[in-house]
Amino acid sequence: MPLLPLLLALPLTGGCILALWGGRERAPEINAFFSLATLLAAAALTVQIIESGPITVLQKQFFIDPLNVFLVALTAFVAFTTALFSRVYMRVELHHGRMTPRRMQLYHSMYQFFTFTMLLALTTNNLGILWVAMEAATLTTVLLVSVYRTPASLEAAWKYFILCGVGIAQALFGTILLYLAADRVLGAGGEALLWTNLDAVRGQLQPTIISLAFVFLLLGYGTKVGLVPLHNWLPDAHAEGPTPISAVLSGLLLNVALYAVLRCKVLADGALGEGFAGGLLIGFGLLSVVVAAFLLSRQKDIKRMFAYSSIEHMGVMTFAFGLGGPLATFAGLLHMTAHSLVKSAIFFAVGHAAQKTGSQVMDDIRGLVTVSPTVGWGLALGTLAILGMPPFGVFASEFLILTTAMRQLPWATPLLLLGLGVAFAAIFRRVLAMVFGTTTARRLPHAPALLPVFAHLGIALMLGLYIPPYLEQWYRQAAQMIGG
Amino acid sequence: MTPLYSQILNLLAALMLILAFAMLSQRRILSLIHLFTLQGLTVVCATALVAYITRQPELYYSAALTLVLKVFLIPWLLHRLIQRLRVQWDLETLINIPTLMLVGIVLVIIAFNLAAPIAQLAISIARGALGIALACVLLSFMMMITRAKAVPQVIGFLAMENALFFAATSATYGMPMMVELGIALDVLVGMLILGVFLFQIREQFDSLDIHHLEKLKED
Repeated sequence: MPLLPLLLALPLTGGCILALWGGRERAPEINAFFSLATLLAAAALTVQIIESGPITVLQKQFFIDPLNVFLVALTAFVAFTTALFSRVYMRVELHHGRMTPRRMQLYHSMYQFFTFTMLLALTTNNLGILWVAMEAATLTTVLLVSVYRTPASLEAAWKYFILCGVGIAQALFGTILLYLAADRVLGAGGEALLWTNLDAVRGQLQPTIISLAFVFLLLGYGTKVGLVPLHNWLPDAHAEGPTPISAVLSGLLLNVALYAVLRCKVLADGALGEGFAGGLLIGFGLLSVVVAAFLLSRQKDIKRMFAYSSIEHMGVMTFAFGLGGPLATFAGLLHMTAHSLVKSAIFFAVGHAAQKTGSQVMDDIRGLVTVSPTVGWGLALGTLAILGMPPFGVFASEFLILTTAMRQLPWATPLLLLGLGVAFAAIFRRVLAMVFGTTTARRLPHAPALLPVFAHLGIALMLGLYIPPYLEQWYRQAAQMIGG
Repeated sequence: MTPLYSQILNLLAALMLILAFAMLSQRRILSLIHLFTLQGLTVVCATALVAYITRQPELYYSAALTLVLKVFLIPWLLHRLIQRLRVQWDLETLINIPTLMLVGIVLVIIAFNLAAPIAQLAISIARGALGIALACVLLSFMMMITRAKAVPQVIGFLAMENALFFAATSATYGMPMMVELGIALDVLVGMLILGVFLFQIREQFDSLDIHHLEKLKED
């Protein structure tokens, strides 16, 4: 089965090659090429899994099932479209003098390594390696956040490093506890941390140890998901780094972290029965939705505002997975997909808008539609999509989550609606002013890359109107796995 | 398992805890690095001892890895770093060390309470060690919060990693080798990135004071 090694080897090779030649004139194309190759490998792998079902590879060190293959495909796809966007965006930044060839070298190389760490985290079967990959994902992005070397970006990167480092250390302690519980059942050695092995014996794991382990794991990986009150690093890192990085952080890294939480939740549910892990997820999820919505309405910087919106949506997903059951989990997965696509599309449009007006402050961005209709409409449509307007995919998933919540947890519904409503009012008002009105924007030296924006919005639209049968099947299988 | 070995291990665990408290109250950066090196050495001794008791060759590799990384390589990098940044004689003003110690003691009690039900179940040699390891993690965490300079924060971060390694050794006879290698790689790369980062901060702000890094506020 050479597909999986290929999938991991491609971004790794790309990272090494770009570490040498990442500053050259053609480097953005090489970057996009490697991302495309990774996407093709991921697509081939997906087809294989749909046909033949879950597999384990390399002495069970890696495994692919419907849950992670769906995220692998999503990750590879968004990584590719972001590479297309970054091709133009970073050239403009170079032109504006914010980047130098040396920094481009660092940027391109780390972009590929970052893709690698996410794919590794998704495909590994070993919970220890999952931790290592999550930590490596922080390490590869921390220098990207500070790549402009402005005081604000350095501060954001330092915060990102320290907070995520401390957070993820808690997850390591959780992993150690999990291993302690595992080797009582499975015996010591490398096999005891394999998720598939643990899943097979999850009913026999010692409940006291697992409950403590899950709390630590949730705190650790939850920091990377951006759950309130562990979210402090997220808006800064999103706002101060280059926009393609904001797009992949929001669209992909947060998903991968949530995926890690879900894997742990399955084990915790097995050992403790439903309820404990789910209750924690519901609590953190609701808190994130409400707090993020109120903080969001006070932002002045456009990227910060959408970063808070990401926290809010991660909260919605966490809540959905906490509810459990096939329907809520299905909706959570759908929300994950739609949010990734729409949020990265928004960041693409925001990136170009900020370049055109030379500012990220929302009051300085006016009348995008008059100077560049595509950027303006891209932002407007993306915003409508992320706010959960029909007929986009976010509407479908939020509707499902709300109706399930109404049945299973009636008291939570008003809180959710409050969060979504506050966010709607705040974002809608702001974006309206930015898109229409008289303009301050100027022309860019390179034509903006808008294909990724509309490709993402197109897919999100399709998800809202019609989910193809194979995709539905795939979601159902994944939901079955985590929701029971 | 003879009680002697178990006692030595408990002694090492106690040493870890004392070192964690010493680091919490140490104001001189150079001494902080020495304490960190000692802490690494303690982890190495504990790992080697557990390896000897349980006769697991993997743990000897783990001990050797920790020795190279935590006792030689990282302290050496830190020494070079503070020399090049010219902060080796820096003193930090710590607010109210007695209060810090008292809060530390409360943390230790909390850690022991959290770990108690699990320590009952651990098959391992030193039952108290897990609680101590958790206490060390929390103390390093507190050290990071209370420090205003970047280098001590980094050392706090690394000390936390040490405590986690100690937890892994004492509670589970160490993690699988591949995982430990991965963690070691992450720590090393992280250390290098932090080094680069400190220079960038210094260049930008002319100081390594973290108070400069508090412009981005929630508003």
